[in-house]
Parts: sequence; structure tokens; C-alpha cells
Amino acid sequence: MRKILLIINREYISRVKKKSFLLVTFLVPMLFIGMYAAIFFLTKQSYEDTHAVVHVVDEEGSISSQLKNNKNITYSLSNTDLQEQISNLKNGAKNTNLLIIPADFYTSRKIELLSSGKPNISTQNEVKSQLREIIRNEQYRKMGLNIDSIRNINDSIHIAAKEVTETGDAKDSHTEVAMGIAMGLCFLIYISLVLFGTQVMRGVIEEKTNRIVEVVISSVKPFQLMMGKIIGIGMVGITQFVLWIILSLTLMTVFSTTLFGNKEMAQQAMGRSMTEVPGEHVNTGNTDLDWTAALDSVNFTELTICFFVFFLGGYLLYSALFAAVGSAVDNETEAGQFTMPITMPLLIPYVLSFGVLINDPHGSIATWLSIIPFTSPVAMLVRIPFGVPTWQIVLSAFLLIGGFIVTTWFASRIYRVGILMYGKKASLKELLKWFNYRN
Amino acid sequence: MLDIRHIVKQYSHHRALDDVSLHVPKGSIFGLLGPNGAGKTSLIRIINQITAPDSGEIYFDGELLQPKHIERIGYLPEERGLYKKMKIGEQMLYLAQLKGLSKSDAVQRIRTWFEKLQIESWWDKKVEDLSKGMQQKVQFVATVVHEPDLIILDEPFSGFDPVNAQVIQEEILELNKKGATIIYSTHRMESVEELCDYIALINKSKKVLDGPVREIKRSYQNQQYVIEFKEQEGIVPSFIDTPLFEVIAEKNAIDNHEVTIRLQHDNSLNDILLYLIPQVQIHQVREVIPSMHDIFIANVTDPSTNKPTHHA
Repeated sequence: MRKILLIINREYISRVKKKSFLLVTFLVPMLFIGMYAAIFFLTKQSYEDTHAVVHVVDEEGSISSQLKNNKNITYSLSNTDLQEQISNLKNGAKNTNLLIIPADFYTSRKIELLSSGKPNISTQNEVKSQLREIIRNEQYRKMGLNIDSIRNINDSIHIAAKEVTETGDAKDSHTEVAMGIAMGLCFLIYISLVLFGTQVMRGVIEEKTNRIVEVVISSVKPFQLMMGKIIGIGMVGITQFVLWIILSLTLMTVFSTTLFGNKEMAQQAMGRSMTEVPGEHVNTGNTDLDWTAALDSVNFTELTICFFVFFLGGYLLYSALFAAVGSAVDNETEAGQFTMPITMPLLIPYVLSFGVLINDPHGSIATWLSIIPFTSPVAMLVRIPFGVPTWQIVLSAFLLIGGFIVTTWFASRIYRVGILMYGKKASLKELLKWFNYRN
Repeated sequence: MLDIRHIVKQYSHHRALDDVSLHVPKGSIFGLLGPNGAGKTSLIRIINQITAPDSGEIYFDGELLQPKHIERIGYLPEERGLYKKMKIGEQMLYLAQLKGLSKSDAVQRIRTWFEKLQIESWWDKKVEDLSKGMQQKVQFVATVVHEPDLIILDEPFSGFDPVNAQVIQEEILELNKKGATIIYSTHRMESVEELCDYIALINKSKKVLDGPVREIKRSYQNQQYVIEFKEQEGIVPSFIDTPLFEVIAEKNAIDNHEVTIRLQHDNSLNDILLYLIPQVQIHQVREVIPSMHDIFIANVTDPSTNKPTHHA
């Protein structure tokens, strides 16, 4: 036991002390926050840009008085000469427009909008919708309809999409939020399993090519060396995640308090930037989707716990296989033929997650993939933001633990032989033979 | 120190060790010899409990070999190395602690060894900054730092220049004098004669020879002598035709002849001399003592010349 602790300690310290570890640990949250800030500023920028000044030349006469100023647009009636107006426009400030309404506006329905720069789409839309309303009102009037009564017609409905939880309560469902989180988690766990698994493999290959392995296993059992390495590197992974979480939260707090002064504004800005980023996701009618509530509906504690459980389980399972591969080869280039098949079960749910899993998180494919040990780390994390019955999570976690015990046992039998085989190219058949060696 | 009994180790298609029994006396320097692939490394790995034999057992200092004995063994494998990116001092500490030393003991002993070999300044260096010979020196310290009772050295001198090889050889003898038993595996036969008290020769998975070096050599002294002589004037030597001995080799120069003979029929050297003195003028007579090299070659190349084994 003392020896395995020594090994864990060496593996952990030698990696945590590396410059690259510090770099990754500090850069990733910075990058994340940086991207977030960039999105925010871009959104804010475009918001400011949309504010337009529109000078109106009203040849019809009755229109300009019906145009209303709002937060995006300011109208000003101009009586000066048209040519002068146009030349003013050339020297004018950004986003200054000249709206020319012809005398036959009601019949021709044509207007001209001249801009200092490229005509802004949202200004165009704003002007267009206001003018359409004016025409609509004019037509109502002509048909003798009472405009006020029409205004009072209200056909809006509100869909409260709720999901029924196990306890029978209905809670607000926020599918978009769940999807976003699912994708994020799936990416994070896939990348980290492959990265840390590869680190284990590299460590084994390093010991083998340095020829230190025989020196070490004359003091400890190969199994101890393998487990020490796996646990040590796993702890590096967890340290990294914990540091990321702490750093991100700290930076996020600093960022929002210094830039927005208060938290509500930050959240509003967050909501805005998030709804407007996907292009196709235009006005669904109700833009003030309650983001605070949406984020509150996500159980972050559950997510974090599940992430750590499935990361650890998946890591232990795969890193043992990576260790076996490392022991069987003499250098990293040779390792390729073996890493492909062992990462397949990770890759499959990762690829599927963009389609089948996310669209049908409770379908039979998703459910099975999230329970089978090899695919469960990725598949389960895709499903968890959508709410998974506790029994399934527990079953999957137990199967994962069982899975890693089996793979570790299997891998250690190959490992103990492989690390002492130099310059021998191992085939799959050879590996099976090693597996069957007695001690 | 070590009693190896009927060890068999079978890999799927070949038998690495076939009923090998050895006795390594306490305090000896024991040469473990054999051509490549004979099974030496398999045997050494079994002694180090890296692998287990299929049958047979090993007694360490009277007790059946157990995991606790690992701390009393120091092993310098033929395929050896160190962590390239780790500092020498930390690396030594790590390896010493793996052998069961406490941290403070380890620090103290490593310092003592480093002073002895005058490499104190290497503590904070990385392995990749050292030359191969320097690395070997460090590796040697790592092998013996926990003061093992049994030290197993597989080709310990490879990578050393003659000066450093001498330093290490003296350290080995010093450790042996202090009571450590040493198993020395090598292909360098001269050093075997210089260092070893006992040897065992393994060939094709089987032990073909073992015992004290002196006895083995004596058993290979098969009554051969080299006789240098000058012809006496007027006498034509006719000694070739004699039942007393058989001539194995002849070297003739103008005024000097050299023949290698083997005695036959229980004749003694005196009988031969009595026979020769009237015929030639004898300059020198010496007994042919086979070198370890010769014994090794004889055993490895032609199994039919195997001598019965001697048990110490």
C-alpha cells in the first residue's frame, strides 16, 4: 500500500509540476471566459449599431405624424430641400437614414430609404412594419371598422411546456438549455477520457522505452505500478477539472460584477446573447424567455456529481485498456492500430449524440447506450440534462464499476507480460497468448 | 543464501527453464553464465519475483521465497534505465523508497553513496543531461542503496569506460566483503575468472555445469601439458610413436619446438620426462589450465563433451 502511494505521488507530482499543466489549467477558463466576453460584446455592439436616426421627407403629408419613435429608431421630420438632405446624409453620422414617402404612398406602396452606409436590415424591418400598420389602419378605416375594437382583439396564447417528474410534479421544461448542456458535457467527457487515457498510455510507453520498468517491478508488482499510474493521472484530471470550475466561477463573478455592476443585468445580457447566437432561432414571439428560470431548472449539483462519477468510471475503464496497449508496443506510432478499436465505443455515442441521442434522449438506443459500460460515460451525460430516472443512473454507474474491474483485470494480465517484451511486435493473437500466461 | 530447486518455466511454445537447480552459497560471488536466450534472464526474473515458476521452489536464506524478501534483493537488470525528465536525487529517493527505505534513511544513504562516487553535484541534474556511463553509475547506486543481502547484477559493466568499470568492480568486491551475496551474470569470461567463486552455466534452458570455479577448472585440466624443447644434436627425436601420451598440437620453429600432449594410461608427468630427457633438451613444461572461456565454449557448442555436474 505504501508503495502504491509512492507511485501515485510520483505520477501526480511529476505531472502537476509541469508547465504545460499550469498553462492548460489557467488558459482554458480564460479562453472560455474570453469567448463568452467576445460574444457578449459583439451582441452589445450590434445592439448599439441598430439605433438609427431617420429623417423623413413626407410628400404624402399624413404619414410622418403616425410614425413612432422607439428605442431602436428616432424619426425627425425634415422640411429642407431633398438634394440638401442627401448631401447631408453623405457627411452624416453612422446609421442616419432618409425616408422618402411619395405622395401616392397609399396606392403605390413604394418608399425610398437612403442610408449613410449600407442600409441596416433591422432599421428596414422596423420602418416597414410601422408603415404596414399605417396602411392596415387606413384600410380598416376605409372599411368602416373600429380600430380600437380590433386592437382589443387578443389571440395570443401561452404554451406552458412542462414535464412530469417522478414525484408527479410538473416542472418547466427547457429543452434548448438541456440540449446545450448535453452537447457541452458530451464533448467534455469524450475529450477528457481520450486525453487522459492517452496520457496513461504514454506513461507506460515511456517507462518501457526508458527501460526503467524492470527496475521498478523488481520492487513492486506490475499491477501496483499500473494502478498507481492510472490513479495518479486520474487525480491530475480531477485536479484540473476542480481548478477549472473554481477559476471559471471566480472569473465569471469578477467579470459580471465589474462589467455590469449587478447580477441581474449580467443575466439579462447572458439571456440575450444566448438566444440571439443561433441564427435560425429568430423571434419566437416571446423573446424574454426566462433564462434565469431556465438555468435554475437545471440541477447543477446532480450534473456535477454525475459528471465526476461517469468521468471517473469511464476513465478507470479506458485507462486500463490504454495501459495494456502501451505495454504491448514499443513506441507511440505502433500504438495506433490498438487505440482505434478501444476508443470506438467512445466515439460511437459521441457521434450519435449530435443526432439520435439529443433528439430522442429517452429512446431505446439512447437508453441502452447509456447503460452499457463502454458507451455509458458519454451517452449517459448526454441524457442527464433531460432528466434520467435515478434507477437508470445507479444501474449504469454500477455496471460501469463492474466494467472497469473486468477491464482492469484483463488489461493487467496483458500489461505484466507486455512491459517486459522489448522489440517484439505484438499482434492481437500475441496479446491473447500473453493474457493466458500464468504469472 | 539461495537454494533453487527444480525450477520449470514454460512459455507457450518454448520451455525457458527446464528443471534447473542451483545453490548459491552465502557470501559468494556467483557467476551465472550462458549464451543468449539460454534462460538466465528468466531465472533472474523468477528470483526477483517478477514472474513465477510453473513448478519448483526457491529458498531465500532458508525461507521459501516470499514478497517480503524483495527488499533484501538488489537487482540491476540488463535492460535498465531511469526516468529521463526526473532529477537524479528525486529519482534515487523514489527508487530507494520503493525498496522499503524511509525517506530520511534514503536521503542519508544516497548522500553517502554520492560522496563515495564523487557525484554529489548530480543531485539536481536530470538524467537526460548525463552521459551513458554516468547514468550507469547512478543506476548502480540505485541497485545497492538499500543494502541488500543479495545483489543480482546483469552485465553490470556495460557502458563503463575501463576506469569507471574498475571503480564499480571495487565497489562490488567491497559489498561482497561486507557480507552481500552477489549473482553476476555476464558474457565477459575474463571478469568471471577474476571475480567469481562459484559459477553455473545454463544452456538451452538446462543447467549444464555448476560448482566452485577452482574445482570446475581442475576437472577440465585433462592431463594436458605444453612442452617446449630444442632438438639435441645428432639425435633424431622419435617420441611421437609412444603409448605414453598423445600429441594434440605441434608448433615448430627452427630452434624451438612446442608440442601439446595429453597423458595416457595413468602415466604421470615424471614418466614422460624420463622418456623425453634422453631425446631432447627441455626448456619449459607447463600444465594446460582451461580458461572459463574455453569451458564456456566447450559446453555451449558441443553438448556431447558435457562433463558431469558438480554440486557444491
